[in-house]
Amino acid sequence: MRVSSSVFASLCLVFEICGIALFLRGFFPVPIKSSFSTKNRLSDFPAEPLTGSAPNSTKIPSPLFKKVVIVLIDALREDFVFGPSGNRFMTYTRHVIERGSSHSFVAKARAPTVTMPRIKALTTGSIPGFIDVVMNLNSPALLEDNFIWQAKTAGKKIIFYGDDTWVRLFPKHFMEFDGTTSFFVSDYTEVDNNVTRHLDSTLKRDDWDILILHYLGLDHIGHISGPHSSLVGPKLLEMDDILKKIHASLIARETEGSLPNLLVLCGDHGMSETGSHGGSSEPEINTPLVLISPAFKRKAGWEKPGTLEQVDLAPTLALALGLPISQNSVGRLIPAVFEETSLRDQLRYFHLNGFQLSALLRDSTPDYHKEDGYEQFRVAEKSHGNWMKLYMEGNTSEVLLNMGKKVLKQYLEALKAMSSALSRQLGKYDMYSMIVGMIFIIQVLLLLLLAMPEALSGQARVDLPVASALLSLPFYLLCLLFSSVHVLVCTSAGGSCYFCSLPWALVFSAIVFSSALLCTLVVMATRRLPTASKSPVKTSGSDWALSELDALLLIGTVGHTLSLGASSFVEEEHQTWYFLLNTLCLAVFQDVCRKYFREKRSGNYGADDSPLLPSNKGKEESSSQETSLFSPVAELGVSAGSEKWLALATPLLTLACCRLLRSLNQTGVQWAHLPDLGHWLNSAEHKVVLSLLSVVALILIFILVQRHCSLVSKIALALGLLGVYSYRAAVGNVLFPWQHSGRAVSKGTVEARFVYIFVLGILFTGAKDLLRSLVASTDGRLKSRGLWEVYSGMVLLVALLFRAHNLPTLACCLFVQTIMAQFIWKKLHYDAAQTTIMHYWFGQAFFFFQGNSNNIATVDISVGFVGLESYVEAPAIFLTAFSTYAGPLLWACHLVCYLSSERDRGTVALGHGSYCLALLRSVPAVAYAVLVTALRYHLFIWSVFSPKLLYEAMHTLVTAAVCLFFTFMDHDRSSRP
Amino acid sequence: MWDAEIRGMASAHAIIASSVFMATVMPAVLVEKFSVYGTHLVWLYSVAGSVAVVNIAVYWLLGIGPPTKKNTLSYKVSRLIRSCLYFLFSCLFFHTVVVLYGAPLLESAVETFSLAVLLSTLTTLRCLCILGPNVQAWIRVFSRDGAMSVWDTSLQITTGCSVVGAWLGAFPIPLDWDRPWQVWPISCTLGATIGFLTGLVAAPVWIHWHRKQLTYKIK
Repeated sequence: MRVSSSVFASLCLVFEICGIALFLRGFFPVPIKSSFSTKNRLSDFPAEPLTGSAPNSTKIPSPLFKKVVIVLIDALREDFVFGPSGNRFMTYTRHVIERGSSHSFVAKARAPTVTMPRIKALTTGSIPGFIDVVMNLNSPALLEDNFIWQAKTAGKKIIFYGDDTWVRLFPKHFMEFDGTTSFFVSDYTEVDNNVTRHLDSTLKRDDWDILILHYLGLDHIGHISGPHSSLVGPKLLEMDDILKKIHASLIARETEGSLPNLLVLCGDHGMSETGSHGGSSEPEINTPLVLISPAFKRKAGWEKPGTLEQVDLAPTLALALGLPISQNSVGRLIPAVFEETSLRDQLRYFHLNGFQLSALLRDSTPDYHKEDGYEQFRVAEKSHGNWMKLYMEGNTSEVLLNMGKKVLKQYLEALKAMSSALSRQLGKYDMYSMIVGMIFIIQVLLLLLLAMPEALSGQARVDLPVASALLSLPFYLLCLLFSSVHVLVCTSAGGSCYFCSLPWALVFSAIVFSSALLCTLVVMATRRLPTASKSPVKTSGSDWALSELDALLLIGTVGHTLSLGASSFVEEEHQTWYFLLNTLCLAVFQDVCRKYFREKRSGNYGADDSPLLPSNKGKEESSSQETSLFSPVAELGVSAGSEKWLALATPLLTLACCRLLRSLNQTGVQWAHLPDLGHWLNSAEHKVVLSLLSVVALILIFILVQRHCSLVSKIALALGLLGVYSYRAAVGNVLFPWQHSGRAVSKGTVEARFVYIFVLGILFTGAKDLLRSLVASTDGRLKSRGLWEVYSGMVLLVALLFRAHNLPTLACCLFVQTIMAQFIWKKLHYDAAQTTIMHYWFGQAFFFFQGNSNNIATVDISVGFVGLESYVEAPAIFLTAFSTYAGPLLWACHLVCYLSSERDRGTVALGHGSYCLALLRSVPAVAYAVLVTALRYHLFIWSVFSPKLLYEAMHTLVTAAVCLFFTFMDHDRSSRP
Repeated sequence: MWDAEIRGMASAHAIIASSVFMATVMPAVLVEKFSVYGTHLVWLYSVAGSVAVVNIAVYWLLGIGPPTKKNTLSYKVSRLIRSCLYFLFSCLFFHTVVVLYGAPLLESAVETFSLAVLLSTLTTLRCLCILGPNVQAWIRVFSRDGAMSVWDTSLQITTGCSVVGAWLGAFPIPLDWDRPWQVWPISCTLGATIGFLTGLVAAPVWIHWHRKQLTYKIK
């Protein structure tokens, strides 16, 4: 089967995406969620088990506490309370822990140890998975069943002071609140004073039931100077004073007859030895949990605190306040809290917790019957019923007590087993799906690599020996082998594997495809081998290995792929690309110098040089002939004499542009906090500068884009760009010259839709031209104009979606494209492969120039609302993806336009281009999938590597779309003789 | 016939390389609390200074300088002034390139400029010593197949190695190892110096290995 390079490339990418999708499905565990989206209610409570008679009471045991004060200190490490620094600074708390009526524990937090997921864990009792964080990017409010919602529904009055993450997570839940932002990390006193100033008045009042305080100061100190800084001590002293004050006030309000109060001291996460958090090292995940209440027994002395999970707090608090446990909680009750209640009540509490966990287990695992915990719970429930029967009969003997204790033990074991089964499900990789996906994409990559000589040949056609592979015996044997392996794995692994749960037809076609691919690979490899051994000199001596530029392009691609193995290089990937891009520009500069100065020098040294440099000489001669054909004189109005200097200046101008753009948006992790031009421009006092800059950028965009368009598109483009400015003015980013103030900020829906109309119009004109060139076999001019029109439509859309301070990025992008195309790619005769690699590098660099990083947090979701009144899923996702990948997309589209409008390049250029693009994308994507599998137990797997994996997958998807576009353009060219 | 020349070059390179080591060791005796990381700029300038002095001395003694047409004092002075100017320009050029590569523009400008000075000493100064302030000759040497003597080839190799060393030296900076040598510009200067030393060693070896293939045209 012979296919053209571009078809081959798009086919490969499409299959690769299937493989990556399977890999991702295996890599990211599905969050444990109950299938019902409702929340637990009091009425859903199970009856107390009782053997023999009808279920008796469905009522929940009475609450244990009247008021609850939760003091959450951000980044409170376990040793700040239980360790030596706790001894020195938190004297009162230590006294209460050692001598007072309290329980203290070390609560283990799960990664990612960042505040928001931790607050979710504390309130819902569930463990937010990584994919959960991604899915909830656009809905800040917590919709899951949680403790705060349950308390509010039960009529409890909640007061909150502290980190405003809570306010965003629980809108309208608090009777009274004051959110402090954690934006200014350098502030660690004011941020806490803003919480404490409410304390006195609140403690005097009596109209609240739950008071939550979230102190940020300690976290800020950690970020500034680490856990051993001299600032930590005073901060801990301050926190100790606050605890003392609250405790004293709670004790003073304790009245006979009413329920006791509860004071909870906890941390959301710890901090590492450098003061940061997010990973899963011991000091980051160990947080203290201290429960203080007169209801507890007094301690006799210092005991080493026991260990429990952070999620255990949510069900404990819920039942202790007489509320239902939230639905997705995987936590277990803390037995110590309930040990002072009667045995019947204790059993009841554990039964409720077990019932909730078993319901969750039933919902989330298909074969829950096999789980030990579920069985244990069933047994415990039965013996609980028996015990209740005896109890109701009035038996009060020692036997009953012992039996009750046994039931309690059974419950505890069942809870432990069920909870760990649920959490295990979160941390488990679906290795089989991952491996199958990986085999898939590795095969595709090998196919791409093996086809390289053919795909880059003059014909740009790849001969795939599919027919011979399909008819061979090994193919059927492989099919059989893979099928049996599949059956074997699936029968032993059980239902937790995604690939096994796929329908048979799909799995079988995948197996057939994979074995066919393998056979094809073998055939191609055998075909390649003898030719390689026959003419080693010819392959190594071809023009590939020679030039420095090729070496750089190769080293850069390979080096970048290798660098993905280090977490810092993933975090700071933009540095790699900027570095490579600069080097590329300098290498191009060297090429330009060589070309122009050699020409000049050939007068002096002429006779000497020419025999030594046949290749260069030949190129120069041909170039001097073609200068007359493709001189920029016609297109840019540049005289031939100044062309040389412009060509020399082009790499330098590009370098300067890159340096400017680099300081526009500071991204990454290590230096992300540094001030950049973007922040400066976005501050209110520099609005005038921003407005002027946007105007200049928009004018520049117009000048650079309109050259290739028809008159109608030019007018549409101009109006569209005006619309972009008025949209930015309407949303309040920039100023209208005649309207200095007093304008209400709107959503700018009308203006944005105005621009959308022009975008669609230009795209439509372009598409029409393309179709016409397809039907009527006119010369390529019409098609090239159509392509450029599609391109300018995209530029207009990007201009609308980019933030105002990013408009210079777009202008620079277009500027660099224009000058590079005019003076470098045309003049220096880089072949399609080299041009493609350069385009890819530029695209990558511009991806980061526009402020993206490999962190999910930098995705600008507000783009999804441009021109929409409310959140509509499909356009919002499309717009967000489009604007995030605007850089690589624009460069790839420019590549299509450039390659197909260059007539002297011949018809194969597009095929080469798309093949190179596919290869360039596949190499890092496949290598990264393998790396991530190898590093799946790495400390930073969720904080660094997983987001990057999502970015890689998305980028591959975008590249596949571009490659399909390539194929479309290439197809109609090749179909026409 | 080149054996003598290669041997001479090897010994010259050995002297230059030893001057780098001396420049690292000597200040430890003279300066208090000297360390390569702690007082990095002192080390940098001591290396740059000693390499410069030894380079000039060695090539002046060996008489490998460019052919001088005139021997008048004024001509010599003008050559000296031009050389100094070229050196300054090369410092500024390297500084610009390093800033374009992403070095901070204003803060730590001294460190950046010191790196530029070191790079100029390792590359431009040797060019000045061997080729003289003659741009045409420089372009000739650094274009493909432009070398006309063993010294030209060694110049190509050492210059390339120094620049590539500095380039490679930038890679560890983003790593989060928190090592003292990751501070700007220590890794780059170390990379440049190590690259330079490698070049000094590699040049005679390479020329010796390829002496059959090398055919220099006589001017």
